[in-house]
Amino acid sequence: MPKANKQKFSMKSVPIYAVLILASLLSLFPFYWMFVMATRPSEAYNSIPPAMIPGTKLVENFQNVLDQIPFFQAMWNTFLLCTITTLLVLLISSLAGFAFAKFHFPGKNVLFVSILLTMVIPPQLGLIPQYYLVSQLGWLDTLFGAGIVYLLNPLGIFLMRQYVSQSVPDELIEAAKLDGCSNFRIYRSIVLPIIKPAFATLGIIVFTLVWGEFLWQFTVLRSPESYTLQVALASLNESYNMDFGMVLSGVFWATVPLIIIFLMFNKLFISSITEGSVK
Amino acid sequence: MELTRAKAKDKAEPKKRKLSESKKDMLSGYLYVAPFFIIFGIIGLYPAIFSIYLAFQKWSGFGEMEYVGMQNFTLVLQDPLFWKSLYNTLIIGVMGTAPQLIVGIILAYFLNLAVIKFTNFFRVTIFMPYITSMVAVALVFGVFFSNNESALANYVIGWFGVDPINWKTSEWGAKIAISLMVFWRWVGYNTIIYLAGLQSIPKDLYEAAKIDGANGVQQFFHITIPLLKPFIVLTVFMSTVGALQLFAEPTVFLGGSAFNRDEAMTVVMYLYRDAFNLNSFGTASATAVLLLIIIVIIASINTWLTSGSKRRKKVRAKHAKG
Repeated sequence: MPKANKQKFSMKSVPIYAVLILASLLSLFPFYWMFVMATRPSEAYNSIPPAMIPGTKLVENFQNVLDQIPFFQAMWNTFLLCTITTLLVLLISSLAGFAFAKFHFPGKNVLFVSILLTMVIPPQLGLIPQYYLVSQLGWLDTLFGAGIVYLLNPLGIFLMRQYVSQSVPDELIEAAKLDGCSNFRIYRSIVLPIIKPAFATLGIIVFTLVWGEFLWQFTVLRSPESYTLQVALASLNESYNMDFGMVLSGVFWATVPLIIIFLMFNKLFISSITEGSVK
Repeated sequence: MELTRAKAKDKAEPKKRKLSESKKDMLSGYLYVAPFFIIFGIIGLYPAIFSIYLAFQKWSGFGEMEYVGMQNFTLVLQDPLFWKSLYNTLIIGVMGTAPQLIVGIILAYFLNLAVIKFTNFFRVTIFMPYITSMVAVALVFGVFFSNNESALANYVIGWFGVDPINWKTSEWGAKIAISLMVFWRWVGYNTIIYLAGLQSIPKDLYEAAKIDGANGVQQFFHITIPLLKPFIVLTVFMSTVGALQLFAEPTVFLGGSAFNRDEAMTVVMYLYRDAFNLNSFGTASATAVLLLIIIVIIASINTWLTSGSKRRKKVRAKHAKG
């Protein structure tokens, strides 16, 4: 949009700003409020009007969280689970995406269309057999069991195939072959460096998906030592007489890392949404 | 092509290549897609088929399976709780997603206006709820909408003279609270998708409309909405499928009583309860198959309703432009 088209501030845009500011405030309020509650004693919850300014119990509430759940263990488990599954999905998707984009082999199109079909199967359909399978492997209550289902990521292959065919020129591959490069060497030394931006996009999609997924982790992980953050947080809500300050302290500290990562890479996050869904 | 391959052969000769270049490529091709398809077989295809098989068996997870024909389906379909959970899922689905899509379009439209500044700031803040996990959202909203008289939600409705509500244990209270948390978490996500859609609409269309005397509202309904249609179809499809799979929000929101009460039990919760609380894997699998059928039917109806007959023309127009 050329600069000349930008109009000067006009009174007409005031209501539009009002709506946008209201939307921003409503979006941010729960974040602010979970911080307020994380710093307040539980009794503050019964005050009318409700507390809106931070209190002094930040450390104490978090101490209570640590008494309830192995918070740092859960965070470490989540971190491991997210990192390893993301790396494996990147590897699997980029290899397959490379093959679909650049190699000719019989049955290629049939295989590619069958990936489309896998995207239609809702994850709940496989829940019970997956649970059975994982229990047969002895992986119940382990991160292996929790992680294995995320390795199936058809979207990743779509993104990678798209990216490889757009940004890796055939001539480059031909030239590398003339120089005697093996196909794997081409993948490692030529394709990988070029598709780094696609790694960032897909990496963020997979990482946030695994970070926040609940149904499967809740099904497989049963003992506190193997809890991920989501399962651990959910377990805070089990008791009848719960301490709201403690619960929201847990939520707050579990959300802070993600907020920091998001604010650092917000452009990437937002573009990953449009690239991941608008294809 | 022939030439380069011949050259390649010449050069490679000293290394004693047994396979031709194209055979090698074929092998590499299969080898590189193999990891995905092995995982797909184990995690995707086998469980899906096994689930359909299980739907016709009686099985507690241990011991022998027993073929029972359609019995699991009749059991589920005759269970009032199944219908209640389907009803809940649909109500929460409509209340949680329809307003989300409408508000998303309006916000995206505003963000796309040339006169508006600080758009990046608004984009980031409106999108931020999406990065919180479903569990975190459910817990925070669980405190907003607790049964206490002093709960924030009760305080706010008090301004309008409404008496405090037992949000977690009333028929509509639970549904409204859950719909609101779904709305809050996803509205920014849809705004971003719509914004991408709006940015793909050529600006000169609006200029031309302005010259022809169309006002803002007319432009919105005659240019923006029709050209945004592919994006609307996409978000309606995704929201529909997502809404029918609702599990984490009600489960965490209700905490310990989630599977004992029926105000907010969804189909996936019903399935989960059958399988893991009641050890009835057969009926749970039958529910999973029914859920698949329901998702396919409702998603097709919604996609058909939103796409309509004009869609193809518009999509083609868009592709020609872009």
